[in-house]
Amino acid sequence: MNSIISVSDLTKTYSGGFTALKNVNLDIHEGEIFALLGPNGAGKTTLISIICGIVNPSSGSVRADGHDVVRDYRMAREKIGLVPQELCTDSFESVLATVKFSRGLFGKAPDPGYIERLLRQLSLWEKRNSRIMALSGGMKRRLMIAKALSHEPKILFLDEPTAGVDVELRQDMWSMVRELRESGVTVILTTHYIEEAEEMADRVGVINHGRLVLVEDKNTLIKRMGNKELLLHLAEPLERLPESLADLSLELDESGQQMVYRFDIQSGETGIANLLRKLDRAEIEFRDLQTRESSLEDIFVGLVRGEQKENDRAHGAGE
Amino acid sequence: MKLNWHGIRAIYKFEMARTWRTLMQSIASPVLSTSLYFIVFGAAIGSRMGDIEGVSYGAFIIPGLIMLSLLSESISNASFGIFFPKFSGTIYEVLSAPISAFEIVAGYVGAAATKSILLGLLILLTARFFVDYQILHPFWMLGFLVLTALTFSMFGFIIGIWADDFQKLQVIPLMVVTPLTFLGGAFYSINMLPEFWQKVTLFNPVVYLISGFRWSFYGIADVNVAVSLAMIFLFLLLCMTGIWWIFRTGYRIKT
Repeated sequence: MNSIISVSDLTKTYSGGFTALKNVNLDIHEGEIFALLGPNGAGKTTLISIICGIVNPSSGSVRADGHDVVRDYRMAREKIGLVPQELCTDSFESVLATVKFSRGLFGKAPDPGYIERLLRQLSLWEKRNSRIMALSGGMKRRLMIAKALSHEPKILFLDEPTAGVDVELRQDMWSMVRELRESGVTVILTTHYIEEAEEMADRVGVINHGRLVLVEDKNTLIKRMGNKELLLHLAEPLERLPESLADLSLELDESGQQMVYRFDIQSGETGIANLLRKLDRAEIEFRDLQTRESSLEDIFVGLVRGEQKENDRAHGAGE
Repeated sequence: MKLNWHGIRAIYKFEMARTWRTLMQSIASPVLSTSLYFIVFGAAIGSRMGDIEGVSYGAFIIPGLIMLSLLSESISNASFGIFFPKFSGTIYEVLSAPISAFEIVAGYVGAAATKSILLGLLILLTARFFVDYQILHPFWMLGFLVLTALTFSMFGFIIGIWADDFQKLQVIPLMVVTPLTFLGGAFYSINMLPEFWQKVTLFNPVVYLISGFRWSFYGIADVNVAVSLAMIFLFLLLCMTGIWWIFRTGYRIKT
């Protein structure tokens, strides 16, 4: 698959000494929706800002559609549209004027027909002569997208696109992103709403403390790293787990009414049959049982916590 | 090299649109305040003052007053033009666009200089209602007007990049440029000063701007017109170097 964005050995250390990105390598495939996940301060926005030319890299390189973003910045930036996290707009401008401004800024000749289609698609055409300050938060968010798409980019960065957005607008935004992908635009979104990545992304990258922890196809990731849980609702509450079950990956909740058994779905032997036999021998009866697969969120939290523990250990060893 | 003309035009049009949106503040107000100078110092007090080097006092102060407005408006237009996107965060769009430093400066400084030149010409026109004056060298008058507007718009651009709050945006125009203009011979010929202060005042760069500009009107100058022109070019060069350094290092615009 063609790489439309190629990040090589990218490091960014700010003048204060803080290293926001550490030797990041990443390839984004043409036409995909790529979700970059990470907790606050992980380096997501710095990475996007370097690709888009807002922040200078300390070392390493980035190519967008084959063009180096520093040396060949004109060709690279023509291909990229950016919707930043903050709603940064000139409040006194009209909707139409600001979108036309964006198109011109990116070196494109005026195209009233395209701008009209774009504004209609984003339900902003009726508001084209309104001042930006008169728009609702949701409309402003759509306007930011219109500005980013005004020069017909091949790559669209959405930095936290649904932060502070209501459920209805979030759904609209998701369907719009899918439409964009269908029209051939590669979409890279950063989010800390795991639900968003799970819903939309083809591939997922997890960044933490400036390091890219993993990049994986979303479904493969869920399969590979996912655990399943078997929940057993007991007929009678237990005070504690009997000794005969101690060797199993079992947990008893605080009420003593529910047991959770965790197993690896990749493993051929899940151990469920053994668990049920042992429960029977221990004369523990249950009323109901159900299984639950780990979500992307569980995987993400696990990865980030794992990283944190590793860091703590390394830090401790260093001391 | 291919220029991003659409980009330059977009910034230029955006900035000019801001001028028309704020017509009272950006054009009407400076014209009114300069007219008041003409009424007070030209028509009222000026009529009781003697001629200076053969030019009536009312007419003598016209170039200085135009320069006063030109300097302050060039600086304030250009500094606000680039400061506000930094302040509101919309600068991200300019920084992420396929547009070079030269093109960005051409858009912002070009618009700021255009506004100042329009304002200068408008003040000149308004002065005709109060004072009789002549322009001996109209070509040079326009040349000085354009060069000064361009140079000080660049200076304003640098201030706008440097300033990280509204106070800093105002401090150089109000605390440095305005006093230098008042003491730079806007209202008097430096030959009227005691000899010692005549020497001191030559360290004031505005003296050269006003002197050269006044020469284009009446053919009289405090310093040689070639020196005036050289000083403007020197200041222009300094500002261009400053802007080149800003974009090279990303000073206060890129981290």
